[in-house]
Amino acid sequence: MIRLLWRDITLAFRSGGGFGLGLGFFLILVTLVPFGVGPNGEMLSAIAPGILWVGALLACLLSLDRIFALDFEDGSLDLLATAPIPLEGVVAMKALAHWITTGLPLVIAAPALGFLLHLDSAAYRWLIVTLLIGTPALSFIGSFGAALTVGLKRGGLLMSLLVLPLYIPTLIFGAEVVRRGAGGFLVATPLAMQAGITLGAIALLPFAAAAAIRVALR
Amino acid sequence: MSLISVKDLTVSRGGMPVLEGLSFAVSAGEVLVLRGPNGSGKTTLLRTLAGLQPPYAGEVISEPESVAYAAHADGLKATLSVAENLGFWAGVYGGHDIEPAILHFNLDALRDRPAGNLSAGQKRRLGLARLMVTGRPIWVLDEPTVSLDAASVALFASAVKAHVAAGGAAVIATHIDLGFEETVFDVTPFKARMDVVRDDFDEAFL
Repeated sequence: MIRLLWRDITLAFRSGGGFGLGLGFFLILVTLVPFGVGPNGEMLSAIAPGILWVGALLACLLSLDRIFALDFEDGSLDLLATAPIPLEGVVAMKALAHWITTGLPLVIAAPALGFLLHLDSAAYRWLIVTLLIGTPALSFIGSFGAALTVGLKRGGLLMSLLVLPLYIPTLIFGAEVVRRGAGGFLVATPLAMQAGITLGAIALLPFAAAAAIRVALR
Repeated sequence: MSLISVKDLTVSRGGMPVLEGLSFAVSAGEVLVLRGPNGSGKTTLLRTLAGLQPPYAGEVISEPESVAYAAHADGLKATLSVAENLGFWAGVYGGHDIEPAILHFNLDALRDRPAGNLSAGQKRRLGLARLMVTGRPIWVLDEPTVSLDAASVALFASAVKAHVAAGGAAVIATHIDLGFEETVFDVTPFKARMDVVRDDFDEAFL
């Protein structure tokens, strides 16, 4: 399974698009927002938590359909399904690889972009913590959506529609933690809720996604 | 003792039965060649044997995880080199040595070339070399000789011979004569009758 993780990370680095796409999108979105809403520092710092989280979410969504579609097209998914690795393990490793190549770079880039949006200095810590806790949920929920639409031609739109409602709780709690952190309030409750969503997604969704792939392959 | 056998098997594609009443057994050292015109259900049968889809009726009897499957698509990654592609599958199947497979399929000179730059026949050879690193006793092959030249077909035939001589077995769907002792199984007489009404709503829905 480690081999699969390495292969997916190597592929993402070598084929360019996989690795830079999400990060580039995040960067573009966040740099454009101040131009759109004007350079008013107070307003920017008020909307910064929301913008950063929405940007991270959309950047994640952008590369989701690559998780299984490429392997499905070149026949690797058939071969992985007959390999000695359980399909649940395949899904978990591919979701983890997706997180390492899209989620983790966003976590690392977010503080620098928070600076562009006048993010309150007390909130940086919480921005990193929530992104670190929340983005794995985006990858695992996304892998489930990608698995559901793997056999479909141009399933990207359908996948976005399936996945977006499931992303909303993570978005709400994530942005809430940053907002409360900026105001100096207690953050324990939304943080715990977000961590719960992430752990639940990691524990349950690989099984659902594997079942969906089995149906798609038959 | 047969490695893989099917009993009264019906296989379906998209919820419609395509072949029914199949019964055969393949023992160690045996090659079963499936014949039949295009669209007769050979691929569907092979996918069922490989466990990629459940039987519509009847059963497939084999040891779990004993089948190595190779389809029309080779499952190669264009940005990985020949050795990396093969090494990945060897790792997935428990770390078999890739050297014998590379040498047998004459891929030594192409070792560091990205799979995306290979010709169709070279890709096919790499896809077939993968079978040798799986270490599985039953090879289930769907049209393995597509886009291979005569010399490569001979390489493939000798790989299959060595595999069955070592106690393996192979089920191959092909239209050409590979030149080894084989049992030919024509699927045409087992074509499913379409006039039988079946309650297959669920299957068709999925």
